[in-house]
Amino acid sequence: MRARVLIRPKAGILDPQGQAVERVLPALGFEGVRNVHIGRLVELDVEDPAHLPAMCEQLLANPLVEDYEIVGTGEA
Amino acid sequence: MTRHAELGLTDGEYDRIVELIAREPNEVELAMFSLMWSEHCGYKHSRRLLSSLPTEGPRVVMGPGENAGAVDVGGGLACAFKVESHNHPSAVEPFQGAATGVGGILRDVFAVGARPIAVLDSLRFGEPGESARSRYLLDRAVAGIGHYGNSIGVATVGGEIYFESAYEQNCLVNAMCLGLIETEGLIRAAAAGVGNVVVLFGARTGRDGIGGASVLASAELGEADSDTQGTLSPGTSKRPTVQIGDPFEEAKLLECSLALLERGLLVALQDLGAAGLTSAAAEMAAKGAVGLDLDLAKVPLREAGMQPFEIMISESQERMLCVVEPEHVQAVLDLCEEWEVLATAIGVVTDGGRLRALVGDAVAGEVPVPALVDECPAYDLAPAAPTTPLYAAPTRVLDDATEPAETLLALLASANLASRRPVFEQYDCIVGSRTVRRPGQADAAVLLLDAVTDAGAVAGARRPALAVSIDGNGRRVACDPYRGAVEAVLECSANLACVGAEPLGLTNCLNFGNPEKPHIAWQLSRAVAGLGDACRALGVPVVGGNVSLYNEGGGGPILPTPVVGMVGELPDAALAGQLGFAQPGDTVALIAASGWAPSLCGSELAKLRGTAPVGELPAADLGELRTLHAAVRQGVRSGALRSAHDVAEGGLAVALAECCVAGGLGAEVTVDTAEAALFGEGPGAFLVSGPHDALTAFGAAARLIGIVGGDELRLAGVLFVPVSELSDVHAGGLARLLG
Amino acid sequence: MKFGVIQFPGSCDERDALAAAARVGDAVLLWHRDPDLRGVDAVIVPGGFSYGDYLRAGALARFSPIMVEVERFARHGGLVLGICNGFQVLCEAALLPGALLPNTSLRFVCRQVDLIVVNAHTSWTGACARGDRLSIPAKHQTGRYWAPDPVLDELEANDQVVLRYATGNGFNGSSRDIAGVCNKAGNVLGLMPHPEHAVDPLTGSADGLRLFESAALIAA
Repeated sequence: MRARVLIRPKAGILDPQGQAVERVLPALGFEGVRNVHIGRLVELDVEDPAHLPAMCEQLLANPLVEDYEIVGTGEA
Repeated sequence: MTRHAELGLTDGEYDRIVELIAREPNEVELAMFSLMWSEHCGYKHSRRLLSSLPTEGPRVVMGPGENAGAVDVGGGLACAFKVESHNHPSAVEPFQGAATGVGGILRDVFAVGARPIAVLDSLRFGEPGESARSRYLLDRAVAGIGHYGNSIGVATVGGEIYFESAYEQNCLVNAMCLGLIETEGLIRAAAAGVGNVVVLFGARTGRDGIGGASVLASAELGEADSDTQGTLSPGTSKRPTVQIGDPFEEAKLLECSLALLERGLLVALQDLGAAGLTSAAAEMAAKGAVGLDLDLAKVPLREAGMQPFEIMISESQERMLCVVEPEHVQAVLDLCEEWEVLATAIGVVTDGGRLRALVGDAVAGEVPVPALVDECPAYDLAPAAPTTPLYAAPTRVLDDATEPAETLLALLASANLASRRPVFEQYDCIVGSRTVRRPGQADAAVLLLDAVTDAGAVAGARRPALAVSIDGNGRRVACDPYRGAVEAVLECSANLACVGAEPLGLTNCLNFGNPEKPHIAWQLSRAVAGLGDACRALGVPVVGGNVSLYNEGGGGPILPTPVVGMVGELPDAALAGQLGFAQPGDTVALIAASGWAPSLCGSELAKLRGTAPVGELPAADLGELRTLHAAVRQGVRSGALRSAHDVAEGGLAVALAECCVAGGLGAEVTVDTAEAALFGEGPGAFLVSGPHDALTAFGAAARLIGIVGGDELRLAGVLFVPVSELSDVHAGGLARLLG
Repeated sequence: MKFGVIQFPGSCDERDALAAAARVGDAVLLWHRDPDLRGVDAVIVPGGFSYGDYLRAGALARFSPIMVEVERFARHGGLVLGICNGFQVLCEAALLPGALLPNTSLRFVCRQVDLIVVNAHTSWTGACARGDRLSIPAKHQTGRYWAPDPVLDELEANDQVVLRYATGNGFNGSSRDIAGVCNKAGNVLGLMPHPEHAVDPLTGSADGLRLFESAALIAA
């Protein structure tokens, strides 16, 4: 199947990239934007999606400072 | 519009091609000619001019024409170096444009077998205070240079940045690199040996760089739109792509290339840059007076369905081409695999002098090599001095008749003079353990020749070093292209003298507008004349360089901007000069040529007051200046001069402020108080400090003007400003403008 | 004293570390695919951009074959020094606590900084005295040291905070100005600044040499 993993910084840890983007958006005329966070997307074809959590824990994310979310999109 | 016109070839050029190959070219062949005969690859409007530059000297081991030039630096070593432009790609995508500019110049240096040890960058943008776009370009270009140089582990040790509205639509990104090699190890690009194998190694080939100019792509799709001049409609799979650099790939490529050379496995080596495989193959074949057969079916691709012409003109980064004797091919492939670098035998050296692009057995294109290279037209320029001003006056930001203190602070805060620390701190300037003078510490960067210290070395033994500087001033060249170009060479030599270095060789990048316009042709020819005369007078040969023309848009041409990079040597790194005042109690002196005549023409102060770049620059007595530079150099080498700083943009008062800020020390001096004396510019003056006796021994050339000490800069009767205030204003100038 | 400096694809400062270590002992390069540590007494994981910093800085290098040996060596008390990217690798490998995050400014910064020695009893700081001020260059974009507060409290209680940025010298936003930490046993040290670039007054300061001298004092 085609899987997507979203990796985002843990809440509570300073995210200066997110803050920088949050500052720039109003300058472009977009108001009312809050709580911007920047993460990573990993897309992969996997034969056994049961392995995904272990892949995330061991490599794709750093569990100390990142949360991950696995989103399956069906057929590869 | 004809297909050749869409590719940038004139009717005359097309006819000449037909004449040379005795038939009409097919699409692949036309693509090859359009690139090889482009201004960037063919130097059509500059080749004849450049032949007037002096290229020989006792220390030259490789002159212009190879991937980089090289000078003998003693101990059996040579220093290979070159500067190149990446202007147009940086205007499109500044991060990748600047990054791949660094990548390209690194490859030029290791293509001759030298290990790169340093990078410098000369950048020009529009006014940051006025243009969000220019702030963006600066920010991204600096980030791109840092990304590439830092990642690959080559120190970025110097550079310059100028802001002028004439660069608003055409920014300039010139990247210089120097590397070291045992002189005997220098390798050339000439392919040789009929039957030898051509191996392509490095990254896969994709559609990088195939862009709007390549209307063949749209013709293939049947979507040609003459109104849009070849721009492709979005959504097509053959959308123009920006060149993307991968410093990690290049790090492997560098080690692999040097390892191949070290084991004597290569006959010739060439990097792939502008015009990709076409240019690399054509240059190698031309230099060796041989032919090459390339089987495009063997080229490893990153994208499916690439056409033969695309493979020939792709500018995918991090690729090299080499020629290998058949018995060594396996060893080459094995070594590349060890370095995790993709390598493929894609062709063979032939006789008959033809470059053939094959797909398996089918011939996709076939051109006589001389037609592509030697027969590229060279045009004479038709120069004529401009009769109307070319450049608008800058926005005035300072009133006339300001008090000197206010003038000084305004200059220190201005975009062209403010501290570049926010920029150079984004670069790793120390990797390699050679850097003796980092950015901001002296007028030139200083690098140890031998980075590895023998643990058993005698303490206090002299350690030889190289010095390097990159300089240019478009504003002054706009005032007077001849004298402005002379000044660029003098500036480099003066900066080297301030660290105690003697010039060995020079590389230059000529950034100009459209040479088909008589006033630009005039700028270009006068500048090259000045460059040549200055090099001859100072005894500094030109070992290579680059030309970037057609830098103009709707808003007019850029300022004529010859950029000079100069490499020098000093025998004892422990005595390398520094720019900041060193010790309280040291005497401050001005070492100046008798003809030194600072004027406000073409100066930074004139710019702040809204003056357009016109007027007469002072003449330079090159013979006297050569002697003066030698005297300063010797003074630094002997330790007589504890600090030395070239008086340049902003004039003497700014130089004094810079020496105070860098040294963290004040000074009390007495100088001519006329505004032109304080803030006027012109070559031929050095601000130095040292022990009183040492400076009096210097003779009449050294005017003793004061003493280092205290925490203020005091110009008697003119101004006194705390060093802390000078420092704050200087340090914060760029940050204030960039927001 | 024999030092081994690991070399990953993309390492930049391994030769500098090699030259620095060679001033106080013997030093060899260890390729990331080498099967063993060749009997070295101390391992240095150098600075640079191993694997291009892909995914996360140090995330891929941490799985290089030689790291199995390094981990075993460290858990048996062997001396290990992680510099910059090396510090990142050691944190990814959980040989040291915490993580290195992007600098608060989001920019790469190369600057000479003053460090204060907090713990002079580790294998790598034995030649220093507590409170010593070391001038050492730092150059990185991802050097903000972070760990959850309880972990930071524990580190401080256990004397595992080895080096701090002197007041006004930190630029990356590290928690509690932490520049370098060690494991509980004190044989593994990680720091973001580059001591191997502070071993010769000609190219800066020589304060960094003391870390290598400290290790050399501990005979194998």
